[in-house]
Amino acid sequence: MTVVRIKLNGVPQQHEVEDRTLLIHYIRENARLTGAHIGCDTSNCGACTVLLNGKAVKSCTVLAVQAQDEEVTTVEGLSGDFNGLSPVQEGFRQQHGLQCGYCTPGMVMASTALLRENPNPNEDDIRHALEGNICRCTGYEMIVNSVRWAAENGGGK
Amino acid sequence: MIPALFTHVPVTTVKEASDALMHYGDDAKLLAGGHSLLPLMKLRLATPAVLIDIARISDLRGIREDKNKLVVGALTTHEQIENSPLISKYVPLIGAAAKLVGDPQVRNRGTIGGSVAHGDAASDLSVALFAANASFVATGPKGVRVISAVDFFLGFWTTALNQDDVLTEIHIPFAQTPNWSYQKFTSRSQDWAVVSVAVSGSNIILGAMGEIPLRAAKCEEAIASGADLEQASNFADEGTSPSSDTRASADYRRHLAKVLVFDALTEAKQRP
Repeated sequence: MTVVRIKLNGVPQQHEVEDRTLLIHYIRENARLTGAHIGCDTSNCGACTVLLNGKAVKSCTVLAVQAQDEEVTTVEGLSGDFNGLSPVQEGFRQQHGLQCGYCTPGMVMASTALLRENPNPNEDDIRHALEGNICRCTGYEMIVNSVRWAAENGGGK
Repeated sequence: MIPALFTHVPVTTVKEASDALMHYGDDAKLLAGGHSLLPLMKLRLATPAVLIDIARISDLRGIREDKNKLVVGALTTHEQIENSPLISKYVPLIGAAAKLVGDPQVRNRGTIGGSVAHGDAASDLSVALFAANASFVATGPKGVRVISAVDFFLGFWTTALNQDDVLTEIHIPFAQTPNWSYQKFTSRSQDWAVVSVAVSGSNIILGAMGEIPLRAAKCEEAIASGADLEQASNFADEGTSPSSDTRASADYRRHLAKVLVFDALTEAKQRP
């Protein structure tokens, strides 16, 4: 067992967990933030994507102890001027970037990371940046449009 | 899926890592980015009792010039390699291969050292580093060894690293030729290579055509003795032993090897 301290969405967390605890389980079960989803659990689908020190990572393939003393941002940590939604979140709303919504938290976080590094991505850039995120409703066209909308309306906040 | 129970032992120096490896013996594995090891542990294909976490050894991170080569710390991530001006200036082949590893999230966590130490024959960086005449620096209880790529890859998931070795650096000589190419065929965008080919000058190295990255020796000889690219690429699968698995049949891999070697040689030749 290890006491793992993580600044999660700006709020310091401290939980004693088994060393084998995955970051996604720490977030969902210890910190009780259920925005980040577990999809494939094999680092393919990207539903568990969160930002670790600003970089998009798959939290099903990171141990909580590897994030010791680091900063993690989940979809709950985003905010902005669109009734509290960030530009990327509002983009997904405006452009119908989701159907069932299961992949959405991961898509939103990966897109947010993209826009922070490249504020004006073209379609090719967006598709490459979202290679690690699978949508089983196959709404990719609208997801790309959502990210473009966000790029034009505030970016990766 | 949750890994079997283990104890996490964080270390901050190579000496501590080396000492811990000696102390725990065969029960221990090194953990860097964890993007090869953790998936195996979640599937319980690996069940180490101790993970020695080397991710915070700051000396092992980063890329620097040293005379006529680049020294890449084993903990340098694929993303750092992909975006490194030094890599793109001196060994662009390595940057091109790094850019095709997994997906952005994987490249943000996965490390060059972890990728080569895992010893997968389909590893983009292993294949490219072999073509680039890279060598691998291991620190063990008896000191430091420099292992050439030819001697590094030994068999299925097996390298020349001993249980008590820490892979610390990868040395990549500055490319002496502008003629390079990396070709990777995947069935899905983020996937492992079905077959890959790295060309650098006269080196032609194949990925996923056997248990380890393999030199396409017959192709290299054909080119050296004046064969045209099409003739030479027909020898691409000679001396290989590709497997049949869920990604492709052995016959399909043999076919792909010829096609990709031709594409790689063509692209390499066209570069200024």
